[in-house]
Amino acid sequence: MVEPAWVWKLHERIPSNVDAGHNAIEQLMSAMTDSRWEGRDAFHIQMAAEEAMVNAVTHGNKQAADKSVEIEFRVSPQTVYMRFCDQGEGFCPDKLPDPRDDDHLECPNGRGVMLIIEMMNEVTYNKCGNEVTMIKHRSPQ
Amino acid sequence: MTDRRRLAVTKIGELATVRFSDKKIVDSGSIEEMGAEMLSLVDDDHMKHVLLNFEGVDFLSSAALNKLILMDKKVKQVGGVLRLCNLKAEILEVFTITRLTRVFDIRKSEADALKAFGVPL
Repeated sequence: MVEPAWVWKLHERIPSNVDAGHNAIEQLMSAMTDSRWEGRDAFHIQMAAEEAMVNAVTHGNKQAADKSVEIEFRVSPQTVYMRFCDQGEGFCPDKLPDPRDDDHLECPNGRGVMLIIEMMNEVTYNKCGNEVTMIKHRSPQ
Repeated sequence: MTDRRRLAVTKIGELATVRFSDKKIVDSGSIEEMGAEMLSLVDDDHMKHVLLNFEGVDFLSSAALNKLILMDKKVKQVGGVLRLCNLKAEILEVFTITRLTRVFDIRKSEADALKAFGVPL
């Protein structure tokens, strides 16, 4: 696969709190706007980024103030790449209950991971389950 | 609770029509406030029915969805009805993907929702 022509990259370790996460995602959204990402695609990417960030801070690092989250974002006109790696023990996404099942429809857990999988083109968790990589390709006009 | 920061509320008898202050319902602190203010409509203001008008809301996270689910349960506890309206296409898609369209009564416009509540227009 040919490497996309990235026009913006961010790779840093941020404090494990949602404010720092929101700030990083705002930078991503701004860079996406510069590359004319908008509408439904931009919404999907923001949704996946927010859910992954909250999962890393809340479930992965369990809101421990001394932990951090490694983030990596790349934007090209046709592709957006995101990676979040927390310092938690990880989890197995395949073992989460499906929040769309009638029995779990009103349960609070698992909906974020499901939205990530539904809204991104490629979603990969590492073996340990503390790192998620997500790729979105621009939808056909 | 009358000092609301996240919601703007209009009361019509036992029905509260609600608009959101935030364009993006994503910050965890704001979501907690929003959830508490919604529940307070039933617990403190004794509203039975609630209409959530999402006009002006561009984004909401799964944590916000959880607050809406709690609110739906609260309203049902008092025998009321919760309806949603004016969801932009991307937010409606979130409800569709999560199958929460099976939980919530979603109407296209405020007029449609008020009509369903039996409010004369």
